Amino acid sequence: MTSALRDDLATITVLARRDLLRFFRQPSRLVGALMQPVVFWLLIGGGFASTFQYAVAPGLGYMQYFYPGIVVMMVLFASIFGTITVIEDRHAGFLQSVLVSPGSRAAVVLGKSLGVSSVGLTQAALFLALAPLAGFTYADIDWATLTAFLVLGAVGLAAFGFALAWITDSSQAYHAVMSIVLLPAWILSGAMFPPGEPGSALASLLHYNPMSYIVSGVRGALQGDARTLAPLAGSVAADLTWVGLFAAASVALATWTVYKRR
Amino acid sequence: MPGEAPLLSVRGLRGGYRKRTVLQGVDFDVARGEIFGLLGPNGSGKSTTFLALTGLLRPDALDLRLDGVLIEAGGREMRRRMGVVFQTPSVDPNLSPREHLALTARLHSVPTDKARARIEALLTFADLADRADDKVKTLSGGMRRRLELARALVHSPSILVLDEPTVGLDHASFERTWTRLTELREREGLTMVMTTHRPEEAARCDRLAILDGGRIVATDTPARLQAAVSGDVITLTARDPSELAAWLKAHLDLDARVTPDAVVIVCERGHALIPRIVEALPAGRLETVNLQRPSLAEVFSHLTGRAFFSAENPA
Repeated sequence: MTSALRDDLATITVLARRDLLRFFRQPSRLVGALMQPVVFWLLIGGGFASTFQYAVAPGLGYMQYFYPGIVVMMVLFASIFGTITVIEDRHAGFLQSVLVSPGSRAAVVLGKSLGVSSVGLTQAALFLALAPLAGFTYADIDWATLTAFLVLGAVGLAAFGFALAWITDSSQAYHAVMSIVLLPAWILSGAMFPPGEPGSALASLLHYNPMSYIVSGVRGALQGDARTLAPLAGSVAADLTWVGLFAAASVALATWTVYKRR
Repeated sequence: MPGEAPLLSVRGLRGGYRKRTVLQGVDFDVARGEIFGLLGPNGSGKSTTFLALTGLLRPDALDLRLDGVLIEAGGREMRRRMGVVFQTPSVDPNLSPREHLALTARLHSVPTDKARARIEALLTFADLADRADDKVKTLSGGMRRRLELARALVHSPSILVLDEPTVGLDHASFERTWTRLTELREREGLTMVMTTHRPEEAARCDRLAILDGGRIVATDTPARLQAAVSGDVITLTARDPSELAAWLKAHLDLDARVTPDAVVIVCERGHALIPRIVEALPAGRLETVNLQRPSLAEVFSHLTGRAFFSAENPA
């Protein structure tokens, strides 16, 4: 192993490990992170259940429709809260010391993205234990596909959040982008409601939104191979390719940003 | 150290931020085993120099040599061989000192058995052995600063770069920090470059560069820089320094500089002037009188024609 590769692997391990250590050491964060999706699912899901009951595929309740959307929301929120701290961490925190250690900038991006996505995936895994309550049986779930979509989606969203934190360099600006871009992208991804008739503005927008591919993949995998609920009609392989490309592009964007604007 | 090639050589450092160029071409050499200071008031460019050296800011131009070999500022080679002490915190409140040192050893690929011994030695050195496993958020400010120093040493760097290492510390902690730094230099032969805005700290350095407006105005040992300013410095404290300065001008024709809490007079034969001032002044006007050789703050004023301390750069 070359010394450069050794340094990069060390940087990735240290940053990922640190995010997990921090997460498990803050009990309040742990409880909040687990309760919030349950509350969202029950309150929003329960509230919209009557409104949406005819819009969703017949025979399926809104609570079941909304459940995969919540899983993706957890990964998205973990990415947002895990990377907004980069702004402070880079000027007055631990990250400063990582930036002057021998690992490359790409390793910093990968390590942080893996740490943040591990936190999001841990939360999602715990929430997935409730899948039977939403009408998905463990035996029918395509776990391999589900994991692939969640891992790639989480890394992509975390790296995107990292780039955003580095570019904006202010939590106010980050919050603005979060409310104007990230949350609407989740709402319009098919996570909360079906996209409507093919050809409609919302339905066409779906194809340009990386989050709809994640939601489609997760929803399809939870159903096993039925995929009647997936907002996008494409094949699993095609969806997974798009999510993979999104993850690669986000990591590349974040790395380029860190190199360019240090 | 004449004759020996410098460990670090900085030439033509220019750079700054997107809309503002700060450094106008900074040159200096740091000899092996030397403590080299960069002294300047806020805005003089010392922090920008720190950021450029550590690779946290990309300079517009810089010819940087380590051991005579041209290297990229803040590049991988530089990052391997340098230890960095930041002015702002670079520790995680939720991790313990031991975890910080272990993670840093990992970041620098220090072999496990070597790291274990080094971490224990550094915990003792930083006087943190009995708090090694407590979370950083439970440590005092002084303990955190000591952890920052210990952490920069885990990989046995050949050069330590420090940004205002004693900022915010009281006098006792300042002294203890300096005892540690000189001990490190003796024991490990460590070379140090530090930025500071404290003249009394700059006076402890082996050599220093005085920065003003993004340029170096002088580089020498503190003693030689101080010798260039002739005369004595008399510092008078009073309840109303500006009123006292006006009185000195009117009655004794003395030109005095007013600082937030004192009046400073630079003159020849200060010991002869003091009795005249004390006798002429009505009783009770003066609080203290102090006579000393010019400090590096006076050297700065002498070189640049401007006061070192101001509202933006308080003492």
